[in-house]
Amino acid sequence: MASPQRDRPWVFRTYSGHTSARASNELYRRNLAKGQTGLSVAFDLPTQTGYDSDHPLARGEVGKVGVPIGHLDDMDTLFEGIPLDRMNTSMTINATAPWLLALYVATAERHGVDPRQLEGTTQNDIIKEYLSRGTYAFPPGPSMRLISDMIAYSVDAIPKWNPVNICSYHLQEAGATPVQEIAYAMANAIAVLDAVRARGDLSREALPRVVGRISFFLNAGIRFVEELCKCRAMAELWDEITRERYGVEDPILRRFRYGVQVNSLGLTELQPENNIIRIVLEALGVTLSEKARCRALQLPAWNEALGLPRPWDQQWSLRIQQILAYETDLLEYRDLFDGSPVVAAKTAELKGAAREELDRVLALGGAVAAVENAYMKRRLVESHTARLRAIERGEIQVVGLNCFTESEPSALVEGAHTVLVVDESAEREQVERLRAFRARRNAAEVAAALRALRDAVAGGQNVMPPSIRAAHAGITTGEWAGVFRELYGEYRAPTGVAVGVGGASDERLARVRDAVRALSQTLGRPPKILIGKPGLDGHSNGAEQIAVRARDVGMEVVYEGIRLTPGEIVQSARDEGVHVVGLSILSGSHGVLVVDVLEGLRRAGLGALPVVVGGIIPEDDAAKLIESGVRRVYTPKDFDLNRIMGEIAQLVAEAGAPA
Amino acid sequence: MLALLAALERGLPEAAAGAPRVGVTGAPGAGKSTLLDALVRQLRSRGETVGIAAVDPSSRLSGGALLGDRARLRASADDPGVFLRSMATRERLGGLADATWASVAVLAAVFDRVFVETVGVGQSEVEVAELADTLLFVAQPGAGDVLQFMKAGVLEHPDVFAVNKADLGPLAERTANELEAGLALGAGGSGGWRRPVLLVSARDGTGIDTLIDALDAHRAHLAASGELAARRLRGRIAFVVDSLQRRYGSYGLARAGGRDAVVARVRSRAGQGTFALIAEIGGEIEDALRKPEA
Repeated sequence: MASPQRDRPWVFRTYSGHTSARASNELYRRNLAKGQTGLSVAFDLPTQTGYDSDHPLARGEVGKVGVPIGHLDDMDTLFEGIPLDRMNTSMTINATAPWLLALYVATAERHGVDPRQLEGTTQNDIIKEYLSRGTYAFPPGPSMRLISDMIAYSVDAIPKWNPVNICSYHLQEAGATPVQEIAYAMANAIAVLDAVRARGDLSREALPRVVGRISFFLNAGIRFVEELCKCRAMAELWDEITRERYGVEDPILRRFRYGVQVNSLGLTELQPENNIIRIVLEALGVTLSEKARCRALQLPAWNEALGLPRPWDQQWSLRIQQILAYETDLLEYRDLFDGSPVVAAKTAELKGAAREELDRVLALGGAVAAVENAYMKRRLVESHTARLRAIERGEIQVVGLNCFTESEPSALVEGAHTVLVVDESAEREQVERLRAFRARRNAAEVAAALRALRDAVAGGQNVMPPSIRAAHAGITTGEWAGVFRELYGEYRAPTGVAVGVGGASDERLARVRDAVRALSQTLGRPPKILIGKPGLDGHSNGAEQIAVRARDVGMEVVYEGIRLTPGEIVQSARDEGVHVVGLSILSGSHGVLVVDVLEGLRRAGLGALPVVVGGIIPEDDAAKLIESGVRRVYTPKDFDLNRIMGEIAQLVAEAGAPA
Repeated sequence: MLALLAALERGLPEAAAGAPRVGVTGAPGAGKSTLLDALVRQLRSRGETVGIAAVDPSSRLSGGALLGDRARLRASADDPGVFLRSMATRERLGGLADATWASVAVLAAVFDRVFVETVGVGQSEVEVAELADTLLFVAQPGAGDVLQFMKAGVLEHPDVFAVNKADLGPLAERTANELEAGLALGAGGSGGWRRPVLLVSARDGTGIDTLIDALDAHRAHLAASGELAARRLRGRIAFVVDSLQRRYGSYGLARAGGRDAVVARVRSRAGQGTFALIAEIGGEIEDALRKPEA
């Protein structure tokens, strides 16, 4: 049988990186040997937020959720033996994106590779960082300027690079409905393009090419038919917007190009083997329709809700893609859904509703204004709250979590090491390497490069050229970000937790509320809870849900938000006179940070204050935390917020009034 | 609790009464906390210590509250010269004044300057005006026209107006003009104080120094005109009456001789601590309530 004409497959990636540049380089080379066709670099939180590995806020976070990249030598090691002129590299980097791109360009230059050959993507979407992911550093104004600088620079100097990847992925993780995901992604892209268009240094003829370099990063959930229609709706909407708003005539430059990481929100800690099936179905949503097929795909590992995935877990996800692309006949056909009235109707419905919501955001002054006045954030927290309520009530069925929970012991999670454990010596070694690097540098060159960068930033010039020079001169990640912190200060995004009480008629909630009311009588005031996120992890969705529910059951909630040092949390607990402290950590650095908070509380004479912890915490670690004095540990399997609130109230009742 | 506060009050140095108390109010989203953060930073760089009581509304349905200000006030992190206590209005359990008044009294004893931040929704402005020397209203650009401001009742009490987000340019200037126009129309302001409308930006620091100067100028005006003592007395009267009424109800207040008698008592006891006075009158009411009505 003659093999029919097959479409070229999308780029296969795996979001990965950990411990050190060396360890990550070995992992990348192994993954490429297994048939992965692109790289997706995960950076650790200090790198993402612009801190050197030896900064106090970096403690416990170095090498945890990604690779630490502090300077040019780290970047060089990361890509050792990987031909940059033939690689397609995606970097999940936002606040410090200009810097990591500068390091990548400098690495290429070091090896004689012309930057014009570089292909790949810097995520560089700051708006969703304020809304969901939390690894922002600077205020919206200066951040948008950095994005616009990168776009203006790369359109000629690195023309095959996607300087910005508009992310709706994280909006869905934060609770966005498909309509919200479409609308806010479009609003976000418009904010970026409007900022670029307003620049004085970009020629009119370059704008269509800029539009053509904008790519998107989508999420794909388990409702895969709707997700397929969502992708089609976005493609149509983008085509309209780029034509109408930006006057792009060439249809190729109006194409909706997107990469995907499928949903992690719906992956369960209970019966985790089911997750692999969810991942397959979600992958179908973004590959089945040729017209709305992704350009690159990365699949999470089945055990993400348990901890950091191991190489084998990631390999299993890569194999899904390879089987789909090479074994099945999917790529032999043109679009399967053209002419389907069901798909057409659903697509039109999503598109219409998204248009309306997009117009609302634009009327409010656009995406940046809607971040600052918290409109989008509020809508997301509302949607997320509604989703969690629906799961609690069984209106949304999640197999193994709230239905069909009877299970044989999972053969996959038996044995101790079902997740990756980052070697605790990684941080110390990284700090040692950083200090040795600093000592090797030419101090005069470093000072001059930093001065040039500062002058360019303050003088409104494009930050890319001086950043690339700074990379060659040996500036570190913390020094680069320090220039911007000094000029613009640190930013705190609105939390969006101030939404009204919803669905208050719930009987179980009412019971907890009665218990809290009785407790208030005993205490003489309502129980007061401090909720904070120590460390650099910015995923605040869980903490926000806990804050809203605590308020709804009648507690007074001091919600501190993200990026706190243990010292700040202890100070707040003391100054605010709280009855209980809730800590949320998803980056895997719970060991160090929680113990630091507990010790701080003891030193402040607050050793009796109950502390509860929530996050992605492997069972062994949970046991250790309980041993060191934590009263309760909650993980993703604990979806019943009323039960959590009841237990917290009980803890407060047992502990009595604070000193 | 009252006895404890009364004892604390006795221990306070005379100068404690002198710490300026600034009420900060404005609609949600006006940027009160970020402006406060900028003010605190500036005051700290001048060497002043700052105490802040931040009040957020309690949910009427659940009694719970989301106290969000710590997230915005970064200046306080790891600095013993700044103290922030967030609290809920707790309407169901006793009201704004009790806890806030007590906190302000304590903060004024310890810090060089005290801020009380509330969400401006009509009534709270009146209450904050009772316990602050100077009331600062924070408006955001595009907040509305003169009529909106008048309807919202925000033009009567504040002594200083700050239009935040001045970096938004013409929109901020228009809002400032609307406010100026509104102030020219209505009553308000006292004893020759011309209420300033300032353009500030918490984001880039514009106008923060001018704002501090205006707060200081108002305070100096109060002291020079004798209005400070009158204001504090008004606030004290309101607090004592309110506090007694909440504890013992209208009936209890009547047994103490009625509102006018209590007011006269507060006026005649200038030297006595407020909490001591409440405890004293409260004791009398309790005695009276034990006896049959004459």
